[in-house]
Amino acid sequence: MTERTLRGKVAIAGVGETTYYKHGRSPDAEFKLALQAIIAACRDAGVDPQDVDGFASYGNDRSDAPRLAAALGIRELRFSNMHWGGGGGGVAAAVANAGAAVHSGMAHCVIAFRSLAQGQFARYGRGAQQAAAAGDDAFLAPYGLMSPAQRFAMKITRYMTEHGIRHEALRAIALTSYAHAQTNPRAVMAGRPLDAAKYDASRWIIEPFHRLFDCCMENDGAGAVLVVPAERARDMPHKPTYLLGAAQGGHHRSAAPVHNAPDYASAHFPTVARNLWDMAQLGPKDVDVLQAYENFTGGVLLGMLEHGMVRPEEANEFLVPENLRFDGGKLPLNTSGGNLAECYMHGLEMVNEAVRQLRGDACNQVKDPQVAMVIGGPMVTPVSSLILGTEATL
Amino acid sequence: MSKPAYALPEGLPTPAQEPVALPYWEGTRAGKLVIQKCRGCGKHQWGPEWVCHACHSFDLGWEEVAPRGRIYSWQRPHHPVHPALEGHGPYIIVLVELPGAGNVRMVGNLLGDPAQAVTIGAEVEAVFEPHDTATPPYTLVQWRVVG
Ligand SMILES: [Zn+2]
Repeated sequence: MTERTLRGKVAIAGVGETTYYKHGRSPDAEFKLALQAIIAACRDAGVDPQDVDGFASYGNDRSDAPRLAAALGIRELRFSNMHWGGGGGGVAAAVANAGAAVHSGMAHCVIAFRSLAQGQFARYGRGAQQAAAAGDDAFLAPYGLMSPAQRFAMKITRYMTEHGIRHEALRAIALTSYAHAQTNPRAVMAGRPLDAAKYDASRWIIEPFHRLFDCCMENDGAGAVLVVPAERARDMPHKPTYLLGAAQGGHHRSAAPVHNAPDYASAHFPTVARNLWDMAQLGPKDVDVLQAYENFTGGVLLGMLEHGMVRPEEANEFLVPENLRFDGGKLPLNTSGGNLAECYMHGLEMVNEAVRQLRGDACNQVKDPQVAMVIGGPMVTPVSSLILGTEATL
Repeated sequence: MSKPAYALPEGLPTPAQEPVALPYWEGTRAGKLVIQKCRGCGKHQWGPEWVCHACHSFDLGWEEVAPRGRIYSWQRPHHPVHPALEGHGPYIIVLVELPGAGNVRMVGNLLGDPAQAVTIGAEVEAVFEPHDTATPPYTLVQWRVVG
């Protein structure tokens, strides 16, 4: 029987993004940003955009595939795919879905992308302001529970209280993203450094574990990657970045209504992480550089724990800025500045950064990395994660 | 006429009292905590759903349960997430598990000093908060620490 896997079968041949803007500052409409990022990814791969034959996205992206195909004059659309779930839970899944389409022969050259002009549309940091709340929200909104931060905060409270993990562990995550952004010219927060004192003095968004700098900002921009069969990628301009493992989903009833998931204090990766390592045939110790989606720093912590990157009892000791730096850290984290400080592009910027690290042309280049990991948006359902590797890892 | 004391300012979204949850809303109006209990396998279920997640029976009954629980987790929001909360200041949201109903969980506000220390595991009891002048009227379930 042939092994059913994506390991080594497909590769990312191109990455692209727009200029990243502060919330509401994009001079361009969201759809135009999507087009710019897609064309940039094609150019990076040396591919005519009209030869793209598929699109995969997530988080209810408004730039829909048929419209993109028409605008770009795509010759033939063979794959158009939207991954369920809000925010960036599907960022790794979108890349994997593009890969699955390419590997199965449904399509040959697929763009995975995210476009976001939050200034043009509703803000994420606030609840929807309709009069009557329906569904799950009927049992949440009347109690003042509406924002994404609030939906996840009680998972973080429960986990960190249970395991005695201190807020300083989350501070290290925020400081790391801001530190890396200072030497990334693309980063929205370049020139806006953060230190421990400024973090500690920042206002509470939610006690006990969400200060202002634990929370992502809102941004405008777009990012895209081009996915092709592995053998084709070998003849393209950049050295290929191979997909080694991908998994998405959630554990038993992780989406149970009104906060009733049996394993509640979770970022929803327990089964996803197991499946990821199985496909990649690797383990946490093999990862040379980690991009972990910060919607909130608590989610980064839980995502790292559930992928086995660190054990709960060592979290306080391990999660310090020295261990997370690109230059000499034990586990370089969010080396471009991540969602917090490069750009909140729902994690697509993290896939681009993982590829640049493995190509060896990142602005905060880790020394000779072979395996990069992307953990998508935590605490939503479904979640997803991704392992990428160089030729040497095949 | 004195204004009724609510845990949070008026103007927040009201609950849509949808068919799948109607016995719950009717129960709260009568000061009772009524939740789903499967007639097929006897399992409690919350929030309301059309099917039992354990045995797939569509024959879901409703049962009054003890209005007591313990704090499973909590948060104290400071940032106003709705115009009605501008200038209101911090408040406490608790996730309460009900040991008398298979440990299903409910979300509500913790009454009392918004600056109070909150302890996971603390025992709480339900306080029914009627909004009689709303159209249609509804009653929220809030919580206060016992003892
Ligand atoms: Zn049942």
